Amino acid sequence: MIRIVNLTKFYNTTCALDHINLEIREGEILGLLGPNGAGKTTALRILTCYMQPTEGMVYVKDFNIFDHPLEIKKMIGYLPESAPIYKHMLVYEYLRYVADVREIEKSKEDKRIQELADLCGLNEVMHKTVEELSKGYKQRVGLAHAMMGNPEILILDEPTSGLDPNQRIEVRDIIKGIGKKKTVILSTHILPEVESTCERVVIINEGKIIADDYLQKLKESSGNRFTINLTVKGGQFDAVKSALSRIEGISKINKVQDSDSTVSLVLDCMTDKDVRPLIFSEIKQNNWEIIELYQEKATLETIFRKLTREV
Amino acid sequence: MITIKGLIHIYKKEIKTYIVSPTAYVVIPIFLLIAAFYFFSARTFFLRSQASMRDFFSALPIIFCIIIPAITMHLFSEELNIGSYEMLLTMPVTFLDIIIGKFLAAVTLMATCLFPTFSYALFISALGNLDWGPIIGGYISALLLGAAFCAIGLLISSITKKQIIALIVGIVICLVLSLLNIVVVLIPMPHIILGFLNYMDAYIHFQNIARGIVDTRDIIYFVSLCILALYGTKLVMEEKK
Repeated sequence: MIRIVNLTKFYNTTCALDHINLEIREGEILGLLGPNGAGKTTALRILTCYMQPTEGMVYVKDFNIFDHPLEIKKMIGYLPESAPIYKHMLVYEYLRYVADVREIEKSKEDKRIQELADLCGLNEVMHKTVEELSKGYKQRVGLAHAMMGNPEILILDEPTSGLDPNQRIEVRDIIKGIGKKKTVILSTHILPEVESTCERVVIINEGKIIADDYLQKLKESSGNRFTINLTVKGGQFDAVKSALSRIEGISKINKVQDSDSTVSLVLDCMTDKDVRPLIFSEIKQNNWEIIELYQEKATLETIFRKLTREV
Repeated sequence: MITIKGLIHIYKKEIKTYIVSPTAYVVIPIFLLIAAFYFFSARTFFLRSQASMRDFFSALPIIFCIIIPAITMHLFSEELNIGSYEMLLTMPVTFLDIIIGKFLAAVTLMATCLFPTFSYALFISALGNLDWGPIIGGYISALLLGAAFCAIGLLISSITKKQIIALIVGIVICLVLSLLNIVVVLIPMPHIILGFLNYMDAYIHFQNIARGIVDTRDIIYFVSLCILALYGTKLVMEEKK
């Protein structure tokens, strides 16, 4: 449905996007991740025809962003970060304006506005001006704006940033609902949001795609890399380190804390085996005591941290 | 490319903005107060005992220099400031829809300011024998000048996020265009520059039509000014891409 070919964007001499290639299939919910300044918003702005790339091309179905921006804009509903909406307009008035621009038939306009007000929970604020609304409600108006024309593709840039936890869950639920029927691209750096809503994840860092896979596969591929947190009583750091270094699969041992009685360590492991019984027997052999031992499973957060720090 | 539907939606939205924001309610009364002062002040209308609106039309370019940048200052600056510019540009409308829609909305408010002053003409015609030629010429001229200033104001508004800067720069540019004839008299300069500056003077072209002489050169001047400023706005928008 969307094909991004060799997309490059320079702001003066700063490279925001560096030869990005990506294909997004119909009906997919794609999470676009990356640290601040990674190039996520730039990519979305090019996709929505707000900005032009320095090099490369974006195709949406059979249309390209240079020759058919109007056709592409009709297919895309876009919510920019922090939903910038005209402050002086009433919510109802604003949605009507968007419905007009999106060319919704006059006879169906009221019905569509009502549907979106129900979906986004806007019924209570329809006759308030946008400047009177809380950030959460503004975000919901932005969502209604993006969905007004019943677009085939929804692009949401940080849709929950600045919201309180309750509002986040509400907006996330709305997005999940939309994702059942539409192609959704969700840009965020709130990782649990991606884990709960997206099927596929693309991680961008310094303008380049560093990971692109289905969330489950991404976790599986990182399955043989994990960390173990260990606190031992009775041994000194050097002695514990030398004892554990003998275990195959532990690639790195880092000291977290070393006091008179206990030492805390983080063990970076790279193996398919479970090394915890081996650690236990090494500690026992040396007559030390285990105060704490737990293995951190690969979460999106650990994958993200690892990938964005490696680059 | 221009899509009529898109243009109409932008135009309607801008007109609604003028209605709900204080702009119209501040600008129209101020304009009418200043216009009434020039029209009825004893020095001009009552002492001269002439059935004419010459003094009103003489003062109009200077009044427009202040009023029109106030009408146009928010058109793009506000969008750039609050960020709605991004939402606007990602909706299915073209640059020209946005530019022409906003321009026509500003021209409509300018014409709305001007409309009540037509009652002055009716008032004079009841008092004496009014020559309608210069009156109609004056209004055509005012609409052309106003449209040109609206286009200039729109261009300046597209450059800056700050409305106050758009207002001040707009006033300065409109004043310079209206007062070039004075500069020409005060500063000695080569003939060729003198001729060029005289042609660029909006006040001279305005007065030509306001006298009732409709010359295509004057009309071309105002239309060219509109097209140039609107084209400049398009270039600024493209540059922001």
